[in-house]
Amino acid sequence: MRVALFVTCVNDTLFPRTGRAVVTLLERLGVEVDFPQAQTCCGQPQFNTGYRHETEPLVRRYATAFDGYDFVVTPSGSCAAMVRDNYPRIGAKAAAEGRGAELAEAAARAVPKTYELTEFLVDVLEVVDVGAYYPHTVTYHPTCHGLRLLGLGDRPRRLLEHVRGLELRELPGAEECCGFGGTFALKNAAVSAAMGADKARSITATGADAVCTVDNSCLMHIGGTLTRLGSTVRPVHIAEILASTERTREVAR
Amino acid sequence: MSGRTYLGLPAFPEAAAQSTRNATLRGNLRRATHTIRDKRARAVAELDDWQRLRAAGAAIKTRTLRHLDHYLGQAEAAVTAAGGQVHWAADGAEANRIVTELVRATGETEVVKVKSMATQEIGLNDALAGAGITACETDLAELIVQLGDDLPSHILVPAIHRNRSEIRDIFRERMADWGRPAPDGLTDRPAELAEAARLHLREKFLRAKVAVSGANFVVAESGTLVVVESEGNGRMCLTLPETLISVVGIEKVVPTWQDLEVFLQLLPRSSTAERMNPYTSMWTGTTDGDGPRNFHLVLLDNGRTDTLADTVGRQALRCIRCSACLNVCPVYERAGGHAYGSAYPGPIGAILMPQLRGTDSELDASLPFASSLCGACYEVCPVAIDIPEVLVHLRERVVEGGEVVRGGTKVTIRPAKGHAAERAAMRAARWTLDHPGALRTAQRLASRTRRLHPRRLPGPGRAWSDTRAVPEVPAEPFRDWWRRTREESTK
Repeated sequence: MRVALFVTCVNDTLFPRTGRAVVTLLERLGVEVDFPQAQTCCGQPQFNTGYRHETEPLVRRYATAFDGYDFVVTPSGSCAAMVRDNYPRIGAKAAAEGRGAELAEAAARAVPKTYELTEFLVDVLEVVDVGAYYPHTVTYHPTCHGLRLLGLGDRPRRLLEHVRGLELRELPGAEECCGFGGTFALKNAAVSAAMGADKARSITATGADAVCTVDNSCLMHIGGTLTRLGSTVRPVHIAEILASTERTREVAR
Repeated sequence: MSGRTYLGLPAFPEAAAQSTRNATLRGNLRRATHTIRDKRARAVAELDDWQRLRAAGAAIKTRTLRHLDHYLGQAEAAVTAAGGQVHWAADGAEANRIVTELVRATGETEVVKVKSMATQEIGLNDALAGAGITACETDLAELIVQLGDDLPSHILVPAIHRNRSEIRDIFRERMADWGRPAPDGLTDRPAELAEAARLHLREKFLRAKVAVSGANFVVAESGTLVVVESEGNGRMCLTLPETLISVVGIEKVVPTWQDLEVFLQLLPRSSTAERMNPYTSMWTGTTDGDGPRNFHLVLLDNGRTDTLADTVGRQALRCIRCSACLNVCPVYERAGGHAYGSAYPGPIGAILMPQLRGTDSELDASLPFASSLCGACYEVCPVAIDIPEVLVHLRERVVEGGEVVRGGTKVTIRPAKGHAAERAAMRAARWTLDHPGALRTAQRLASRTRRLHPRRLPGPGRAWSDTRAVPEVPAEPFRDWWRRTREESTK
C-alpha cells in the first residue's frame, strides 16, 4: 500500500504542525507515508470563486503528483471534497467545451484514491482507537464540507471518543456553518464575521479548553474570531489530537 | 399607494453589512428561522421514504422541464376546453399589461390578491396602481408588508423581519388608509392581531369582483390549477369574485395528478412543517353556478426559457417555493431578505435572479457570492437543487463572462466590473501554485519575515483582520521540514 500525504497549501504554509501530526500518526499506525514535492494546492479557492480555468492546471498537477500511489490522505475535509466533487465537474465541462477528455481522465485518476484523514483511518485502516492521549476538554465543530459533501458522519467523533483523557463537550448548533467560506470571508466580511462570532460564542459556552475540526481553514477563522473576542479556547486540528500520546510534547498544550 | 421597490438597491455585501448591525432584525430572524427549521426537521423525519420522495420530485420536475413545450400546450388546451382563457407573457411588462387590461375590462378599480410570488416578481401591484387599480393583499404577512409600505423579505413569511409589536403599530397606523381601521386598544397578542386582519379583510372579500392569484401547480392533463395555503384567504379570493386572473410561471406545470401527489407531500412539510396544509384549492376552468364566471391564466416566461438553456443553472426551475433553503441558511439569517434585492431572497434567490434578470446590475452580480457554500440549502431542498453547484457556476459567469441565452438568442457577456484585481491575483496564484519552486520561495520569504508581519492587514486584507486575528506564519513550511528531516536523512 503506497500512501501519499496531500498536506494542502494552507497547512503547508501556515499550519505545518498539522502535517507533521498526520505523519506521526500514520507512522505510529504502521503506515509508511510519502510526501511528493510536486503537490501544491487543490485549486479550491480559485474554483469556488468562479475561476474554473485557473483551476485546471492544478487538477492536472494533483493527478500527476499522486500517480503511482494507492491512497492520498489529506487533513482537510474541504480539499478532499474539492477533489471528489469538483474535479469530475471540471473534467466534464472541459469535455463539453470540446477540449477533450484529458482533464476528465485526470479527475478519474485522482478521485478514487483521495481520502480525508478520518475517512482513511476509519474506512481504510479500520481503526477508531489510534492510541492517542489528550488530557483536555474538547468540543468538535463538524465543518460543512466534511459534514455535507464528504458525509464524514460520526467518524471524527468515534476517533475522539477513543482518545484517552479527552472529554468531549457537545457544541450547540454544531452543524451551522462557522462563516469562513473561503473568499466569502473577504467578499461578505460582515456576514462572515457575524456567523463567526455566533460560532465562537457557542464554542465558549461549552467550557471546553479546545475546539477541534477536520479543517484548518475553518479553524483559522474560528480561532481568529475567538482571539479577537478575548476567548482562551484553543483551535486544534483533529490530527494533532490523534497524534498526541503520553510521550509527545504536544500534550502539554 | 405604491410601496417601495427593489430597484436601485445596493449590492449584497453593502446591504448585508447594514442589516447585520440591526439587532432587532437579527433577533426576529433568528427566532423565526430556527423555529421553522426545527419543525421542518421533525416533519420530514416522520417519513421514512423522504429521500425517495425527494428524488421523485426532482425527477418529475426535470422530465417536465425537458418537455416543457409539450406540457404547456397540453395545459393550454385543457384550460381552454374547461372554459378558461390562456394568455402568454414573454416578460413581466407584458404580463402586467395583460392583467391590467383584463381588470380594466371588468370596470373594477379594486382587486383582491392571493399571495403570489410570480406577481411579486413582476411588480404587478405597482403596475396596477399606475392604472388606478388598487390591489389588496389578503395573506396576513403580505398585508403587513403592504400596510407598512415595506418589501417582502421571505418567500413563505414575507413579514418575517417584523415582530408582534411592530405589526401592532403598523395595523394601528395604517389599516384605516386601506379600509376598516384596527380595533381600538389593539394589543400585540397574536389572536387579536389575527382578528384585526380578519375583520379588515372580510370587507374586501365580500366586495371584490376581481381576484388575482398565482398557482403552486398546473396539472397539464386536466388543466387544473392548485393553490396551497394556510389562512383561507386564498379560498375566499378563488371562489367569491366573478373574475379570477392567475399569473403563473411556466415552470409550475406538472404532467399528471399522480405527479402532483408527490409535491403535495413534499411542499407542506418543507414549507410550513405541516403534514398537510390547511387549504388546498383546485379549479379547472369555470363551473356553472360555482366560483368565478371568468377565468384567465397568464403564463409567464420572464427569463425562464433562457434559464432552461443553461444545463447547470436550469435546475433552479425545479423550485417549488417552499423556502426551506431560506430557513436553514446562515447567511439569510444574518443578512435578512431585503439584502437580496428581489422577491426571491435567500439561497434560491441568489441562483434564480442572476438567471432570470441577468448579471448586468451590481446587485445581481453580487448574489452568487452571497453564500459560504455550506450546503445546508441543498440538504433540505425537497427537489434536490444543488444550490452550491449553481452558485459556483454563476460566479464563473460573473468573473469570466461567457455565453448565455438572452431573449432566446445566444450572446457572449463580458466579465462583470470590479473583478480585474481579483482576476490578476488568481492568475498570479495559479502560476505560483503550478511552480512548486516558486511556491517554496514565497513560503520561505513569508517565514523569514514573519516577525515583521502586521497584526492588522492593509488593503483588502482588512476585511479579514478587522474581526479576526491573523494567523502567525510558522518558522518553517511543511515541505521544508519534510526535506530537512526525511529526504536529507535518507540521502
